[in-house]
Amino acid sequence: MRTAVSALELLEPRSLKEALRLLRDEGPLVPLAGCTDVYVNLNFGILPQKRFLNLWGLDELKKIRVRDGLLSVGALATYSQIIASPHVGRRAPILAAASREIGGVQIQNRGTLGGNIANGSPAGDSLPVLAALDAVLVLASSRGTRRVPFNGFYTGYRKSVLAGDELIASVEIPKTEGRQWFRKVGTRAAQAISKVVMAAVRDGPSRIALGSVAPTVIRLPRTEAVLAGGGSVAEARRTLEAEIAPIDDIRSTADYRRRVSGNLLEKFWRETA
Amino acid sequence: MKFSLNGKTVDVRAHPMKRLLDVLREECGLTGTKEGCGEGECGACTVLLDGEPVNSCLVPFAQVRGVTVKTIEGMNGKHALQEAFVTEGGAQCGICTPGMILAAAALPKNASLDEVRVGLAGNLCRCTGYEGIYRAIRKARRA
Repeated sequence: MRTAVSALELLEPRSLKEALRLLRDEGPLVPLAGCTDVYVNLNFGILPQKRFLNLWGLDELKKIRVRDGLLSVGALATYSQIIASPHVGRRAPILAAASREIGGVQIQNRGTLGGNIANGSPAGDSLPVLAALDAVLVLASSRGTRRVPFNGFYTGYRKSVLAGDELIASVEIPKTEGRQWFRKVGTRAAQAISKVVMAAVRDGPSRIALGSVAPTVIRLPRTEAVLAGGGSVAEARRTLEAEIAPIDDIRSTADYRRRVSGNLLEKFWRETA
Repeated sequence: MKFSLNGKTVDVRAHPMKRLLDVLREECGLTGTKEGCGEGECGACTVLLDGEPVNSCLVPFAQVRGVTVKTIEGMNGKHALQEAFVTEGGAQCGICTPGMILAAAALPKNASLDEVRVGLAGNLCRCTGYEGIYRAIRKARRA
């Protein structure tokens, strides 16, 4: 590991309440859950932060349940737990589908939904799912809790409205009518970071979200409006191609991403007809 | 800090942020767990935590408190998987082998070829091309 561990400090709260107090009084702290992102950066010696908060033992943040008609997924629920959950299978099958294509089993046993959100990569595979399902994030701090629509959470590349003393506590997913659709396009299904990833719900109106085509995960309101207004899928595709802002990087090119995003839109429309 | 290592309770002193991989190799002297990529891509450092495969390069030591850890040394050299990797040509350079065997140990008995492929999707081998590995696992996991 290229980071000297002797320079690092780890605070270990025993409850969510204590974790929130430490964040308020001892911050800034980097929260640790399954560590599948943080330790990659520590291994490469590229993480400037030295002080961490271990959340892994906080069982109160691991629950997956249905309450008041909402599917509630605790921020510390791992991908393996999400894949195995009958509640997720019934209400949000595309969340399970995305979880099955994140990393391999070793990553799925450790990586958490809250971690994917907090890491905020535009390529995070669970994020288009949360965008298409109109998820709501429950953010906790020692000041109380607040609910923020997932589609208003990110403000820019790896930037969000999460305050320094707040933690993502859980994700609430409303009951969803209509067929759910998910497709990740990467070098391979396992272990690969997405070149393009789409999640969508076929409904009146349909909801479409894309990852890896802009600085954050995005919904496609103009494309959705074309389809809701009875426009053809060809017309929607032209709108989509103008609505996204992909770039060339080590994983793919802007041209490829734009073309594949259009192909995915057509595939979604065809397969959910 | 106490945890269970290959069936015995041990009490190990190490920095809470030290990688489990390094604690196993340095403090515990168990060098069977290998470092490949150091970023959770290759699975060479796979160990079982409470029976589930994880990459030990991505686990801080603090998160092992009270947990059951199994490494390749805990397979005793005579496990059916280890014997099948020898007889079926499942190993060449050997760096990926401990991780492959531990990931395979978490598979259900009589796992189909598809289940083996999915279960080992997080373990990369750059020598053999996987055929011998899958053959060895299916032989050893036949009930």
